[in-house]
Amino acid sequence: MSAHTATTNAATDIDASHAKQARKAFLKRIAMTLGPILIALVIAGLLLLAFGINPLTYYSYVIDRGLFSPSGVQQTLTRMAPLLFIAAGLIVAFRAGIWNLGADGQFLLGAVTAAAAAPYLADFLPVWLAVVLAFLLATLIAVAWSLVPALLRAYQGINEIITTLMMTFLGTSFANVMVKLVFLDPSTTVPQTRTLPVTDRLPRLFDTTITSGLVFALVAIIAVHLMMTRTAFGLKLRIVGANPRAAVHSGLGVPLLTVAVFAISAGLCGMGGAIDILGVQGNVRANWNPAYALMVVPMVFLARFNGFASIAFVLLLSVMQIGGESAARRLGVPNVFTLLLVSIVLIVLAIAEYIDHRHNNSVKA
Amino acid sequence: MSDLFTNVFLSALLFGAVTAAVPLLLAGLGEQMSEKSGVLNIGIEGMMLMGAYTGFLGAYLTNSLWFGFLTGAVGGLLVSCIMVILCVRHGLNQIVIGIGLTLGCEGLTALLHHFQFSRTYPRLPAADPTVIPILSDIPVIGPAFFKQHLLVYIAVLLVFVATFIYRRTQLGLNLQAAGDKPAALDVSGVDVFRTRAFAVLATGTLAGLGGAYMANIGAGIFVPFITNGAGFLGIVLAMLARGRPVWVLIGAMVFGICLSLTTALQVAGINIPTDLIQMIPFLAVMAMLIMFGRRSTLPAALGIPYERGAR
Repeated sequence: MSAHTATTNAATDIDASHAKQARKAFLKRIAMTLGPILIALVIAGLLLLAFGINPLTYYSYVIDRGLFSPSGVQQTLTRMAPLLFIAAGLIVAFRAGIWNLGADGQFLLGAVTAAAAAPYLADFLPVWLAVVLAFLLATLIAVAWSLVPALLRAYQGINEIITTLMMTFLGTSFANVMVKLVFLDPSTTVPQTRTLPVTDRLPRLFDTTITSGLVFALVAIIAVHLMMTRTAFGLKLRIVGANPRAAVHSGLGVPLLTVAVFAISAGLCGMGGAIDILGVQGNVRANWNPAYALMVVPMVFLARFNGFASIAFVLLLSVMQIGGESAARRLGVPNVFTLLLVSIVLIVLAIAEYIDHRHNNSVKA
Repeated sequence: MSDLFTNVFLSALLFGAVTAAVPLLLAGLGEQMSEKSGVLNIGIEGMMLMGAYTGFLGAYLTNSLWFGFLTGAVGGLLVSCIMVILCVRHGLNQIVIGIGLTLGCEGLTALLHHFQFSRTYPRLPAADPTVIPILSDIPVIGPAFFKQHLLVYIAVLLVFVATFIYRRTQLGLNLQAAGDKPAALDVSGVDVFRTRAFAVLATGTLAGLGGAYMANIGAGIFVPFITNGAGFLGIVLAMLARGRPVWVLIGAMVFGICLSLTTALQVAGINIPTDLIQMIPFLAVMAMLIMFGRRSTLPAALGIPYERGAR
């Protein structure tokens, strides 16, 4: 009897110490993220100072707009929707060892498809059905766009970095051609697609201006995370990513899995484009290319392809983008300092992670 | 239509093609060396942009194009130093740092431009071409290829220098080994870090020079984001060329012709969206890959940091 209680006591002790350790690891993780961001802000602040801009004013504008003012934070959360979809698409690909650098092209084609389809379909279908169909069509087109690199990679072994990069250049031009020649709105002089009326766009959350696309995006990225970590399919993809040769020897159909990865990844990026159009923009102007993926790619790397961590990093990116736009406007400088800020944050975070890794290794040894 | 393709038009078209191709050629040659040694240098777009800025600044301040090329090359070199320290020496993720450097250079050069030149937009005087006697008298081809700036001939010469290095020298073998099997190179007593560092620094120098050419000769002015993806095109060219410098030259010329065609047709008043023409080279390459797609021969250790003694 006493022995029994002793073991349960020991078990709870172990549980408690585990929980303590987990909490400690979690806190350390937070500190390892916030610390470098602070350092990066100081470095960027010194640069601002060199340009004759008061860094405190700049940062207070960024935080004020990006995080604290009601309309600003709503904008920040709205901006997260497309970014999260792209992050989800990249996580699938990167975990499976497929370097899909064509997310921008897939995003843009999804956006143009949605922008072209939604107002057209809304002419003779109920609005909700038109929006849903436009969303699905955008996803399909993005998937189709990734088919060429997917097949070349799966059956010819051609490196997907070149092909997806080229398909992004091609997709950006193609999207422009479609906007300028095919889906042109005849009623405006500006080259752009027909505009989806604000009332027909995705509903907003409660009484805010936050798009409901954010909810879909959060669902998408969490679903992707669970798929990659908790399902047999995800395990197969991770095996392909970790060691393609071992995957072949363990009897996995690597080519088919590769095509599936491309399809899921591109589909999610296309959904991001569709969500941005159907929820926020309403149309696509010629030469519109936000190039979100260029910034999301490193964020996903820093999150170590973890879905939940990616949400945090995307929030950070979104705050920097929205806050930076506002701060630049108010200080009368071009909105390019955001690029510099994102760059410094990226590099400092990468260095911090490296130092942490080295430290852990030396402790183990 | 027939009067469009006069000798003058063709000559101007080819001249523009060469001007557009030279930065791509320099970037592609540089990227090729990095990739050969196993470093995927995504920061090359940033290195070009920095070279374009520092190159323009140098030329503008001293009124000397050659000093501009020097400062441009140094600008690219400095950015590549960061890449060497972080990615080659310490093995940080090459894609994260590469994109970080590109974003940083985009932001930094645009800001510097805003504070220095955004009110005046100064221009450089047109560069004096180096005319090669006799050859430049050939109709159409002569004025296009043999009345270019001296740097153009040097860039083409570099193609053959690179070929020589890869085929005939110990350095070329070392570079190849650093990309294929760095551990073997290490065992044979050659420093992998130094070999890769050399390749990345050379990439930065060439990319910076390419950027400086773009600003000083191609445009005569520096504007933010002037490279407009040329660095990424350089990556594509280097990968398509499969380690052979001559193919970078051919590829750069094909892309150059298409870029030149977009402006030429606009000047001729033909109303096609430029995007349509810009699609041509990519379509051609994709079609070629689909038809003749063989296994690409990228270095085995491309993108993988070398860690001594790691298994």
